[in-house]
Amino acid sequence: MSGDDQAAAPSAAAARRAGGADLGAWRGVWVYVELERGRVHPVSWELLGEGRKLADHLGVPLSGVVMGPDDAATAQACDEALRHGADAVHVVRDPVLAHYRTDPYTRALTELVERNRPEILLLGATTLGRDLAGAVATTLGTGLTADCTELRIDDETRSLAATRPTFGGTLLCTIHTLEYRPQMATIRPRVMAMPKRDPQRTGRVIEEQVALAEDDVVTKILSYIPDADADKAQLAYADVVVAGGRGLGKPENFRLVRELAELLGGEYGGSRPVAQAGWVGADRQIGQTGKTIRPKLYIAAGISGAIQHRVGVEGADVIIAINSDPNAPIMDFATYAVVGDALQILPALTEALRERLGRRVAA
Amino acid sequence: MVMHIVVCVKQVPDSSQIRVHPVTNTIMRQGVPAVVNPYDLVSLEEALRIKDRFGARITVLSMGPKMAAEALKKCVSFGADDAILITDRVFAGSDTLATSYALSSAIRTIGAGQPVDMVFCGKQTIDGDTAQVGPGVARRLGLQQLTYVSRIEHLDPEAREIVVHRRAEGGVQVLKTKLPCLVTMMEGANTIRFADMDAMFRAARCQPIEWDHKAAGIGEVARCGLKGSPTVVKKVFAPPPRANKAEVIDARDKPAREAVDALLAKLFAKHPQIEEEIDR
Amino acid sequence: MAEKFDAIVVGAGPSGNTAAYLMAKAGMKVLQLERGEYPGSKNVQGAIMYADALEAVIPNCRRQAPFERAVLEQRMWLMDERSHVGSHFRGTVDADEQPTRYTVIRANMDKWLSGKAQDAGVLLICETTVVDLLKKGERVVGVRTDRARGDVFADVVVLADGVNSLVATKAGLRPRVKAQDVALAVKEMHFLPRHTIEERFNISGNDGVVVEMLGKITKGMVGTGFLYTNRESISLGIGCMVEDFKASGVSPYQLLEELKSHPSVRPLIAGSEVKEYSAHLIPEGGYNAIPTVHGDGWLICGDSGGFVNSVHREGSNLAMTTGRMAAETIIGLRDKGRDYTAANLKSYRRALEQSFVMKDLKKYRDVPEILHGNRQFLTTYPELLTRAAHTMLKVDGVDKLTKEKEIKRDFVARRSRFGLFGDAIKLMRALR
Repeated sequence: MSGDDQAAAPSAAAARRAGGADLGAWRGVWVYVELERGRVHPVSWELLGEGRKLADHLGVPLSGVVMGPDDAATAQACDEALRHGADAVHVVRDPVLAHYRTDPYTRALTELVERNRPEILLLGATTLGRDLAGAVATTLGTGLTADCTELRIDDETRSLAATRPTFGGTLLCTIHTLEYRPQMATIRPRVMAMPKRDPQRTGRVIEEQVALAEDDVVTKILSYIPDADADKAQLAYADVVVAGGRGLGKPENFRLVRELAELLGGEYGGSRPVAQAGWVGADRQIGQTGKTIRPKLYIAAGISGAIQHRVGVEGADVIIAINSDPNAPIMDFATYAVVGDALQILPALTEALRERLGRRVAA
Repeated sequence: MVMHIVVCVKQVPDSSQIRVHPVTNTIMRQGVPAVVNPYDLVSLEEALRIKDRFGARITVLSMGPKMAAEALKKCVSFGADDAILITDRVFAGSDTLATSYALSSAIRTIGAGQPVDMVFCGKQTIDGDTAQVGPGVARRLGLQQLTYVSRIEHLDPEAREIVVHRRAEGGVQVLKTKLPCLVTMMEGANTIRFADMDAMFRAARCQPIEWDHKAAGIGEVARCGLKGSPTVVKKVFAPPPRANKAEVIDARDKPAREAVDALLAKLFAKHPQIEEEIDR
Repeated sequence: MAEKFDAIVVGAGPSGNTAAYLMAKAGMKVLQLERGEYPGSKNVQGAIMYADALEAVIPNCRRQAPFERAVLEQRMWLMDERSHVGSHFRGTVDADEQPTRYTVIRANMDKWLSGKAQDAGVLLICETTVVDLLKKGERVVGVRTDRARGDVFADVVVLADGVNSLVATKAGLRPRVKAQDVALAVKEMHFLPRHTIEERFNISGNDGVVVEMLGKITKGMVGTGFLYTNRESISLGIGCMVEDFKASGVSPYQLLEELKSHPSVRPLIAGSEVKEYSAHLIPEGGYNAIPTVHGDGWLICGDSGGFVNSVHREGSNLAMTTGRMAAETIIGLRDKGRDYTAANLKSYRRALEQSFVMKDLKKYRDVPEILHGNRQFLTTYPELLTRAAHTMLKVDGVDKLTKEKEIKRDFVARRSRFGLFGDAIKLMRALR
C-alpha cells in the first residue's frame, strides 16, 4: 500500500481548482469509446450523439477517445466514432491496452486528459466504464456524476448540469462540477438515443503516445469466459418487453410474464424488488440501476413504478401498465393504465393476442 | 501470519421505504430503518469466508454520523473482529471524492497497526448508487483494483496472489493479481450468514472505536466534506408528471377478456406501428 | 459456555420494554430478545398512549417522549352508509389540567422506550427469535433461540411476545389463541401538511383529535374504526373479529377502502398521501380469554396475556401497566431474596386483580359475547339513530310531536318493544 495519497498531485490540483481564466483553458467534449474484444459497446455511439449536442451548444469540438491494440478493430473504432458525429478521435495504440485492465487504461486516459484538457468527459456506465471513470476521476481529483439520465449546459456558469436519480431512486437531482475539470459523467446504455450514422463523415485521427510497459502492470488477464447464450438477456435492445413486479404475488406467477413475452417475440424482465428477491436474474432487472430499455412496447404487470423504475422505461414508445392500484405511480406515466388483477389480465391478453396471431405456442 | 482485511461499510436508509413529502418534496426519513448497505454485506461475507478458510482479522470501517455505529455492530455480529467509525463534522456534505480521501486515510492509519492485505468495498450503495468510492480508495492507496467480482477463484496469502472472475459485458474476465488489492463484489455472489448467538452477544456488547478526522490520520481537512467535494448538488426535485395522462381502462368490474379486448382495440387504433410490430 | 442473566424479556414492544427497563434500573442483569429487526418493527397500533401509564414507568417524561398530539377532542361516531350520529368531548375540565392521552407513532415510541431500557443497562439483541423455553422439570430456566449456540439461561423469563405468543403456546403455558378471541385491524397513515390538519380539525399547536367509529362501516361484523391526528399525518384504521372476517369473506382492506370514501371521513383525508399500510391482530377476548399469567420461573404481560380493554381501546396502556407490575413483582421477590416460584409469582396476579387492569377487564367481560350475539348494536341501531337525528333536524313543516312518533315507530318496527327492552338490558349488563 502506498504511503501517501496517490491521487491528485498538488500542482495539477491547484491548476484545476482555479477561477475563470484557468478553467477557460479546458475546452472540448470528450467521449470514451469503449472498445473491448474487437467490438465497440453501442453506448459509446449514444454518448457521441449526446456529446454532439453539448459540444454544439458550447461551440467546441467533440472528440472520441479510443484505446486498444494496434489492429484493424481499433482503426475501425476510430472511423466509426467519426461517422457517429465526432470531429476528432484521440487514439492510443498499444499492446498493453489489448484488453481492459484498470491500471494501464487509467494511466493512458488520465495522461490524455491532462495533455488535451477537455472540459467534459463522458463514459458509458458499463462495468468497464464505471471502473475506469472512478479511477480516472480520483486520479485527476475531479468530479464524477454517475448514471446520469439527462445532460444539459448551464449557460450562466458554462458548466455541465448532470441529472440523476437520488435517494435510492425516489427523487432526481442535478449536479454540477463547478470548479474542477474535466467534468466527468457516466451514462447507462439506452438512456440516450442512438444518433444517426453518417457513412460519409470523416475527421481528424490524432495519434497519442503513452509510455506503458507490460512489466509495470501487476494485474494479468488469464482468460475470458463468455456467458452461455441460453439465458442471455437482450433486454436493452429489445423492441417488446414484458415485465413483472411484486404485484404478481409469487415467483411462480412469473410464467405469465414469460409466456406473453415469448408470444410477442420480446424479452421479459422484472422490477428491482423481484430481481433482488431472485424471481428473475439480476441481468433482467429493469430500472435505473438495472437495465434501461427503450422498446416500442413495454408491458408492466404488478409494478408500482417508483422513480428508479420509471427512469429505466421512460424511453419506451408505448407503456401498458397493469396494476390493481389505480393510484400506483406507474398509472400516471403509462400510456394505457389497466386497473385490474395482473394474474387475470396477463393470461387474457396472451389468449387474445394468440388468437389474433393465429399461432399455437407450445404450452 | 494472519491476514488483515478491511471491509468498508455504509449505513444507509432502507431506500425501498423512503417516502417523499407530498408538499415540500423533501425526503421523509422518519420511521425508515437504517440498514447496512446490502452490497456491503456481500463483500463482508466474502471476507468472512476468507477468514474461515485462511484465518484473518477483519476490521470493518465506516464514515458516518454516530448512529452508523449500529451498522458496524451488525457487521461484528456476523463475525468482524474490530469496528472503527470515523465521524466528524468536517465530513458533512462529502461527495465520493472526499469520501474516498477520508476512508483511505483511515485505512492507512489502520494499516500502521497491522499492514492491510485486502480491502473490500460494496459494489455501490443503495442511496447513492455511484460505485465510485471503491475505485477511489484503490487509487489513493495504490491497491490493485478489482471491481464487479463475481467470484474469488483462488487466493494464496503466502504467495500474495489472487485470481478472480470479474464481470464484463457478455462474459467474465479471469484476472490474476497481487496483494494488496481492493475488491468489490457482485450481488448474488453469496448470502450473508446467519450469525450464532455468541457473535450476537459480542456485537451487542461491542462499542465501535470512534475516530475524529485527526485520529483517522486525515491531514488536509480541506479535502473532506463539502469543501473537498468537486460535485455540487444544485437541485433536488420530483420528476415532472408526464405530459399526457394515461388512458385508464378499468378492468375491476368486467371480465378480464372484455377489458383486454377494449385495450387492444384502443392500442391498435392509436398505434398502428405497434400492431405491425406484434404481427410480424 | 452459555450465558446467564437475572431475567430474560422476550419481546421489545411496550410491555417488554417497560419490564426490562424497570428491572435493569433496579440493578438486575437483563437480556431482551426481539425477533424483529428493531424494537417495535413487528408492532402496529392506532395509536394512542396514556401519559399516566408511561409516567408511572418513567416519571415526568412527557416532554421528551415522542408524542404526536395531545388529545383535546374525542369524537364517538355511530355510522351508517352516508351519515353519522355521535358525541364530542372537547376541552379540559380544570384550567391547568395536563392531557391524559397523546397520539403517537408506534415505531417512534417503541424505539424511544427501548433506548431508555438500553441506557438503563438492558442488553438488547434483535433479529433473534425465541423458539422455545428451556425447562428443568416444570421450572423454566431459560430460552432457546433460532440461532446456533442459542440457549440462554435466566432466573426468570418474562414473556412479552405479543398477541400470537407462539413461545408460550409451544411451551404449553397457554392455549393457542382462538379466532374468536382476536380481531384483525388494518390501518393507513395519511400524510398531510400540518396546517391542513389543524384547519380541518380546528386545533392548533400540538393539540389533537381522536375519532372512534362504530356502525355499518363494519358491515355487521363486530369491530370498530378509528381516526387519530398526528403532527403531519392521520392514522386511519378499521378492524373486526377474525371469526367474522372468515364468515363474511370480506377483506379488511375492503372495509378500509370503503371507510375512506364514507362522506364523514373522505373530506378529512382529502389530498393526503398514503404512505404506510399495516395490519395486526388485537386480542379481543377480554377477561375470559386471559390465560394463566405466571408459573415456575415465568410471567406473561402485554398482548401476550390478552390484556386489552376492547371497549375503551386500551392496549398499550395495559401493556405498559402489566409490564410494570411484572417487573415490580420480580424486583420485590429479588429484594426479599425469594425464588421465582409459581407460588411466589402469584403476587403478580394479585396485583393485577387489585388494579384497574383486571377490574376494568372484569367489568366488560361479557361485552365480546354480547356483541357477538347481538349484531343489531352495530347495524340496526346506527341506522335508527342516524335516521332519528335526521328526522329531528329536518325542517319540513312537520311538527315535532309527529316526528317523535315517527321515530318511535321506526324503532319499534325494527326492533319490536320486546327487542328494545332486551337490548337495553343487555347493554346495561355489558357495561355494568
